[in-house]
Amino acid sequence: MDQRASYRAFILVSLLGAGFVFLGTQSLDDYGRSIIEFVGINIILAVSLNITNGLVGLFSLGHPAFMAIGGYTSAILLIPANRKALLLPDLPHWLASQEWTFLPALIAGGGAAVLAALIIGFPVLRLRGHYLAVATLGFIFIVQSLAVNLSGITRGALGLSGLPALTTLWWVYGWLLFTLVVCWRLKHSSLGRTMLAIRENELAASCLGVKVTHTRIFAFALGAFFAGVSGGLWAHLVTLISPSSFTFLLAFQLVVMIVVGGSGSIIGTMLAAAILTIATEMLRPVEESLDLFGASQILTALCVLLVLIFRPRGLFGTAEPDLLRWSGLLFGRHWTRSGSKNRRKEVS
Amino acid sequence: MTTPYILAQIVNGIILGSMYALVAIGFSMIYGIVRLINFAHGDILAIGAFASLAGVAIFSLPFPLAILAVLAVGAAIGVFIERIAFRPMRGAPQVTGFIASLAVAIIIENLGILTVSAQPRTFRVPHYLNDLVNIGMQSIRVIDIAIVILAVCLMAFLALFVRFSKIGIAMRATAENYDVARLMGINIDRMIMTAFAVGSGLAATAGLMWGSKYGQISPLMGLVPGLKAFVAAVIGGVGSITGAMLGGYVLGLAEVLFVGLLPSEYSGYRNAFVFGALILILLLMPNGLLGRNLEERA
Repeated sequence: MDQRASYRAFILVSLLGAGFVFLGTQSLDDYGRSIIEFVGINIILAVSLNITNGLVGLFSLGHPAFMAIGGYTSAILLIPANRKALLLPDLPHWLASQEWTFLPALIAGGGAAVLAALIIGFPVLRLRGHYLAVATLGFIFIVQSLAVNLSGITRGALGLSGLPALTTLWWVYGWLLFTLVVCWRLKHSSLGRTMLAIRENELAASCLGVKVTHTRIFAFALGAFFAGVSGGLWAHLVTLISPSSFTFLLAFQLVVMIVVGGSGSIIGTMLAAAILTIATEMLRPVEESLDLFGASQILTALCVLLVLIFRPRGLFGTAEPDLLRWSGLLFGRHWTRSGSKNRRKEVS
Repeated sequence: MTTPYILAQIVNGIILGSMYALVAIGFSMIYGIVRLINFAHGDILAIGAFASLAGVAIFSLPFPLAILAVLAVGAAIGVFIERIAFRPMRGAPQVTGFIASLAVAIIIENLGILTVSAQPRTFRVPHYLNDLVNIGMQSIRVIDIAIVILAVCLMAFLALFVRFSKIGIAMRATAENYDVARLMGINIDRMIMTAFAVGSGLAATAGLMWGSKYGQISPLMGLVPGLKAFVAAVIGGVGSITGAMLGGYVLGLAEVLFVGLLPSEYSGYRNAFVFGALILILLLMPNGLLGRNLEERA
């Protein structure tokens, strides 16, 4: 498919999405809208985590930490100066006087997360497999204890409350679209192939001249950027951010979305994220009425075990399903199916 | 900062270290044989604590007997988890097992919340264990001494078991080389089961100790100690049982001294300190104190 057709397809899909968003803002109540917004944020998170976990094959659990960094950064930049004087009297002067608007604050949050990812990435990304997983898990706890203890900036365990509710469906949709475009272009670019090469066989890739460390850190930082932005979106949707907002449980849920959707598959991850978020939300009233708190998490965890046992590559593997083919909507050339054939080999 | 204060901190560090060591052993044993970081291992601690509470409160077992019961319950649960969750995905990439263990951890924690609620409960030990004994300048609770002695006895017993018994030798052979061990006619499934049983039994006992030392238990109590015990296993060198014991004590002492000796405004960074140490150790000496280079980690 030529370039022009793929642009046309992209514009068509995004207009279709915008139509749905418009319908959503018109017809849904606050609760319904917030669910859709959560779905969008979770898709951004899962798809961006899929860059590191799916494409490069680095198993990171660090997304909640980056969300916390991004969320706090954007919240502090956005709180009006007079309120900041009340909430956070110990803030350094140059920071206390800042009053940013939403978009720059979100980007700054993403930037702060990237900075953190670079600092933590250089040492940590030399680790492999589950060692990396545990190290990034440790990073969540480190960020959490920083958030609790740096009370001059974060107000400690109380968290920052009463944040302006700036996150709307349109903001989420815009960022979702941006994330998808970036991830899709990345996956189908030469850089994306480089990443897959690293995942499949690191030694062979580096022999062919791939800069493994560079590519890994780039992927990690890119994922962190979107996590930071979603942290900001999340904070201004819930209007509260506290050290317990972003925990390891969230990391687990994101990993579930990737595992179920297929690591490396953008559409698979999107579907899994949407289904999981909505299912959790639907089960919540059931849980409350039956007094069975935690039951939905048990169900999710059981699902993951079953997927791992019976369909370890997830629903779609690395491939993108043909959902859009019916109207020739595919953005680029059709993604080769080779990904699903080359099972990820790892010497145990 | 007086000498008795520092001594008291060291004693605390040894007690904490004993518990870390017991949990870390399980991490190391299981990793040594199946190359799996069992994230759910920490939750066995919580199960052990609740099992002992149930044993003492419902079945009114005498406390020493409760220890045996907890060992047995822990071992049984470990074997059960291995059978239903980890055995079906043996041979899959390492990360698969790790994700599965995350899922198991979530299931255990939420089942705990469903059945006994997330509310922390008080854990009482028999009053004779709360008496104070004077040793030198220190007065120490009996339970604290009992924890250390029990931990050391269990570890000594384990060391002898692994060193001299037939199963122990077979386990070491499996850890050394999985495929060759199988060719030599060692029943791998049984070895893996034993590793899970022993490791989980010890972790459950550590849960009992945790409860009696801190007096409070909850279904989520195992998460952070479990992760820290993993750090201890890494310090000692994952895969090495002696290393895990050593790592447990090193981490316990380091953590307590970090909190005790630095000004109190730093004590909130306790967890940050432990996990920062993890990252540093993985980078600087990925094989830990006593581990051998089993494979590439860095």
